[in-house]
Amino acid sequence: MTTFRRRTVLQGMGVSALATALSGLPVLAQDRTAIRIGYAVPKTGANAAGAGISTIPNYLLWVDDVNKAGGLALSKLGVTLPLEVVEYDDRSSSEELVRAVERLATQDNADFILPSWGTGPNLASGPTFDRFGYPQLGATAVTDMAPDLVKRWKHSFWLLGGGHDYANALVQLLVKQREAGTINNKVAIASVADGFGIDLSKAATPAFTEAGFELVYDKTYPLGTSDFAPIINEVSSLGVDTFVAFSYPPDTFALTQQSVVANFSPKVFYLGVGTAFPIYPGIAGPNHDGVMGVGGIDPDSEALAAYFERHTALNGQAPDSWASAITYASLEMLQQAIERVGDIDREAITAELSTGEFDTVIGKVKLVDNQLRSLWTVGQWQGGKFVGLAHTERDGSRDPVVPKPAWVPAS
Amino acid sequence: MLFSAILTGLVLGGTYALVAMGLTLQYGVARIMNLAYGDIIIAASFGAFVLFTAFGVNPLLGMLLVIPAGFALSWLIYAVMLQPLARRSRDRGRLEGDSILATFGLLFVIQGVALVIFGAGFQSYSFLAVPVDILGTTIAANRLLAFVLAVVFGLGLWLMLTRTRFGTVIRAVAANPASAPLVGINVDSVARFAFALGGALAAAGGVVVSMYLTFSATMGVIFTMKALIVVIMGGVGNLMGALAAGLILGLVETLVASFIDPGLTLAATYLIFLAVLVVRPQGLFGKTAR
Repeated sequence: MTTFRRRTVLQGMGVSALATALSGLPVLAQDRTAIRIGYAVPKTGANAAGAGISTIPNYLLWVDDVNKAGGLALSKLGVTLPLEVVEYDDRSSSEELVRAVERLATQDNADFILPSWGTGPNLASGPTFDRFGYPQLGATAVTDMAPDLVKRWKHSFWLLGGGHDYANALVQLLVKQREAGTINNKVAIASVADGFGIDLSKAATPAFTEAGFELVYDKTYPLGTSDFAPIINEVSSLGVDTFVAFSYPPDTFALTQQSVVANFSPKVFYLGVGTAFPIYPGIAGPNHDGVMGVGGIDPDSEALAAYFERHTALNGQAPDSWASAITYASLEMLQQAIERVGDIDREAITAELSTGEFDTVIGKVKLVDNQLRSLWTVGQWQGGKFVGLAHTERDGSRDPVVPKPAWVPAS
Repeated sequence: MLFSAILTGLVLGGTYALVAMGLTLQYGVARIMNLAYGDIIIAASFGAFVLFTAFGVNPLLGMLLVIPAGFALSWLIYAVMLQPLARRSRDRGRLEGDSILATFGLLFVIQGVALVIFGAGFQSYSFLAVPVDILGTTIAANRLLAFVLAVVFGLGLWLMLTRTRFGTVIRAVAANPASAPLVGINVDSVARFAFALGGALAAAGGVVVSMYLTFSATMGVIFTMKALIVVIMGGVGNLMGALAAGLILGLVETLVASFIDPGLTLAATYLIFLAVLVVRPQGLFGKTAR
């Protein structure tokens, strides 16, 4: 066994301390060949499917779009640089994500770090983004805590609203339908006992009650439930015109299938995450028409249509009609903020993101207290597109089709 | 209402049993605690999905391809990866530990390959999602099919194990692998065959599940967990036990969801699992009935 003398050890420590200090120095402009974009996303594990739809394809598309256009112009440094990517798999684990973000900040010297997918991971990595002073563009996080979080983490941005936004918009939309006499007063809610379902049902239950609706069924089901026959069988005997499920994608698909099999076809059929996915029409067949859910897009926007086309061409799949465009828009905002500042000055770029107005695929965006308030909250499949029906602080919504067409039995 | 819940529960339980029977065979005879079991199921689901969407092959016909493929793949996995472990370890505990580690690695290999080929997104197609009316209860035909297949496979394998000479050989290896060679049984090849047969059953389960469940490359672990519960509850290595435990779990879940609260189904599953283990630590049909 080798024994080290104290002097050798001290010398070693000195050299490594110097090396560590040097690695933290900013890279000089003339040495730069690229802007380094780092991210850790779930490529495996429970969140991989969600990230594979809303997050990762948009990161790839943005990098491709920017590099095809020649890169980002840093006017203060007098250079235009391409993007270079450092990617990690956070394996759907928050601990892994936080470690990867730290590594991106300290070892890889990433110029910018893009967030992971989902509410929980964005909350878990918030302190780390803030500590290292990287802007955190939470494009797939739904949280009512956003107004408090932006006070605590000045570098954080929350772009997908909170549970109350979605629940209240749905209730207001249904109140109008009830007043018009198209639906009765009875509502059934089933929600998944996990993040999204808990948040949304917590906001929706009091909102429905306050609006005078009779909640004849309001129950949760565990994450991973595959058989919805008991729920649909019970709900179908309660005489409701409105069925609401705050569900995750596999549940969303299974609930649709089970409702068709049981011929439970209420006038308003509203489902959670997954309704806005491009594969939903494939799974539901002709029965996707008239189904409502979270999210939505402006079907008349040319910028969005072009984005859908580029996304499909690069990734081989269409984006979803809820968080995808928001994610891409967040990257456009980052790009414009960087170019306006003209340098890798993360503080100045964070300030620009906070106060500036940006041109994006979802239209002009100006954040309010670091939050995107101009959101599509309720959408419905109409003519092959998941169109926005309701919104917060936004114009141009479509009229809902109520009652939705009756189910076409499977053949 | 009660009849309807019981019927729905039995049909759900059929899926659980179908999915778990292969694992009980692999663990009971080959003594491999296969943590990649759920990923074999998902691989079979992808197989059925590709055959159906790209080639228009009816999943029932697709089974004729996917089940032998599951058998062959598991045979290969055993021959290449697990046989050396089995030869090396003299006692059962060592092999179980080694196989857990080895198949844990295998899980990520299968998952990784599926991720590269199919991506992380959800896949789904619809087959036989038509209502079938049984005495006034509406049930989806694809789930009914899962139930029928579970019963057919379960009974068929049980008859094979108890009525044929080869079945006796398999049971001999399951009961006492150390003494089986004394009567001229090649334990290696019997274990390999049982492991492959378990893989074929997993593939059958995968095809059936893909007809009505949305799946993704990373969902295998959910099936492994459910199968483990069913296998342990039924009595490790016992086919009838797996069938019975699967049906009981399906019934309990559906009855709880219908009459108490859907939120308690998971709690009920674990409660009954614990209750069985407390009363009969060896599982419902543990060793004695083998």
